[in-house]
Amino acid sequence: MAIVPNPHKTTGLLGWIDDRFPLTKLYKDHLSEYYAPKNFNFWYYFGSLALLVLVNQLLTGIWLVMHYKPEASIAWDSVEALMRDVPYGDLLRYLHSTGASAFFVVVFLHMYRGLLYGSYRKPRELVWLFGALIFLVLMAEAFAGYVLPWGNMSYWGASVIINLFGAIPVIGNDLVIWIQGDYFPSDATLGRLFSLHVIFLPFVLVALVVAHLIALHEVGSNNPDGVEIKKHKDPKTGIPLDGIPFHPYYTVKDVVGVGVFLIIFLGIVFFAPDGGGWLLEKPNFTPANPLATPEHITPAWYFGSFYAMLRAVPDKLLGVLTMGAAVVIIFFVPWLDRSPVKSIRYKGMLSKIALTLFTISFVLLSYYGMQPPTPVGTWVSRVGTVIYFAYFLLMPWYTRAEKTKTEPERVTHAAH
Amino acid sequence: MSNQGVDPDRRRFLTLSTTVVGGVGVAAAAWPFLASLKPSERAKALGAPVSIDITHLEDGQKLTVAWRGKPVWVIKRTPEMVASLAKVTGELRDAASAEPQQPEYAKNEARAIKPEILVMVGSCTHLGCAPTFRPDHPAPEVDANWQGGFYCPCHGSKFDLAGRVYKGVPAPLNMAVPPHRYVDNNTILVGEDQGAA
Repeated sequence: MAIVPNPHKTTGLLGWIDDRFPLTKLYKDHLSEYYAPKNFNFWYYFGSLALLVLVNQLLTGIWLVMHYKPEASIAWDSVEALMRDVPYGDLLRYLHSTGASAFFVVVFLHMYRGLLYGSYRKPRELVWLFGALIFLVLMAEAFAGYVLPWGNMSYWGASVIINLFGAIPVIGNDLVIWIQGDYFPSDATLGRLFSLHVIFLPFVLVALVVAHLIALHEVGSNNPDGVEIKKHKDPKTGIPLDGIPFHPYYTVKDVVGVGVFLIIFLGIVFFAPDGGGWLLEKPNFTPANPLATPEHITPAWYFGSFYAMLRAVPDKLLGVLTMGAAVVIIFFVPWLDRSPVKSIRYKGMLSKIALTLFTISFVLLSYYGMQPPTPVGTWVSRVGTVIYFAYFLLMPWYTRAEKTKTEPERVTHAAH
Repeated sequence: MSNQGVDPDRRRFLTLSTTVVGGVGVAAAAWPFLASLKPSERAKALGAPVSIDITHLEDGQKLTVAWRGKPVWVIKRTPEMVASLAKVTGELRDAASAEPQQPEYAKNEARAIKPEILVMVGSCTHLGCAPTFRPDHPAPEVDANWQGGFYCPCHGSKFDLAGRVYKGVPAPLNMAVPPHRYVDNNTILVGEDQGAA
């Protein structure tokens, strides 16, 4: 049976492949003929940077597993041996641990970009939902990874987080024992968290990233003006007039972002890998001790905001539910925003005030979540929690009540 | 093949019954995976009772032993400490120990078999941190009417000298009194109920 010639008219080895596998098609669909709006700005670096950090985590992770031993009595020693005895072992570990923080930095900024420019609005709801799932899996992955060195903060962090499930009425206590596989965080707990961290969650994460990108490339990228470039196409070619091929235009732009990112990232990895106790907490430089809690159990900085919300509520179950709701509510944003325009550039004053207050409260929550409990911290956290939820829950009203500016027909862009 | 004589009802029934049987199969196959996560026989064996000798425990002293990975405290309270319990009743969430955080035989004001000996799991009922033993009083930085007790440095929960939780703190429940019994006057067995022997 003759093979139908591929439409790209490629020949030689590539032609042989293209007759059997859509290699050229994939390349064109996702890179050379994926038309992205020409007015991307600074905020559009963080998607590709997240991909870069993901690759860093996968690569360094594979190497770390070669030395790490997931057994409670030797896990800590295996990490110390990696740090002290393995050539460049400390570098591999710091690339991975700093990479975890970097992941959250770029993902937070990437999500914030979405809020700024309404990147979650129709038809990009699924892009946002896949992204929110990625965030959820990333949090689970970060938690599991944090436990593996089996330092004292690893141990008590695991204890605190797993005990959150104990707040569930009736089944709570049995559920905690089932999750731990013991009456307290132990070797059984470490083993299952290791398995989840290196096998299950990375698989899910990569699959979701692929789905996120497929969904994005199906509907096309949003842009700082929040207007659809597909509305104005070249009548001859069908290419959006305001679109430019992702490769080479944005691959080259992203390389600049990668350069700046690597300077900062590697600066931290080389010169301040513990981030002064903010990236790797001091109690985690002592081995796990089930009988001695660190003086202050604080979460990693990227969980600070959610942890502050947990502490702000003077009831265990309600606190846990509040923290869960803070993540779940992100999924509903595409249906909460009822504004006639997408981008903050054309939204009214109410949306701008709401986003500003939200930003301030998120930063304050993140800060106070890492501090020991104080009356001031508790009250700031309570106000911050209310603002956090108000930003989302009142969105259907303030986005409709305010006076918006008229969106331009085409993207605004000054060539340079 | 011809489509004549297709019986849609019959097809629907077959599809539905196949789905149901398949679903039961999936659930049955999932069971070993989920059940394997339960505590192993070894973990259960290591959760066995622990014996504590309190012969040398002095007034006001605290002894810590590990039972099921949790710190179990044995504290010898002075008569003054026992008397202080009545002074804070109004500030407690569950002064009468109504919640099942202790065996029946410890459901009293001192939350103990012998009022002067407190046996208690030393972890906060909020998120499992270890509260600090603060017998010193007054301590206005902890509470205006502090008569001694336990203060959790993680999230600021407060408990009196019987581990009863204060109102308005994150911890929802009194600290847990584990099942325990006196083998003789100076030996406590933690993990086994009184009257079990």
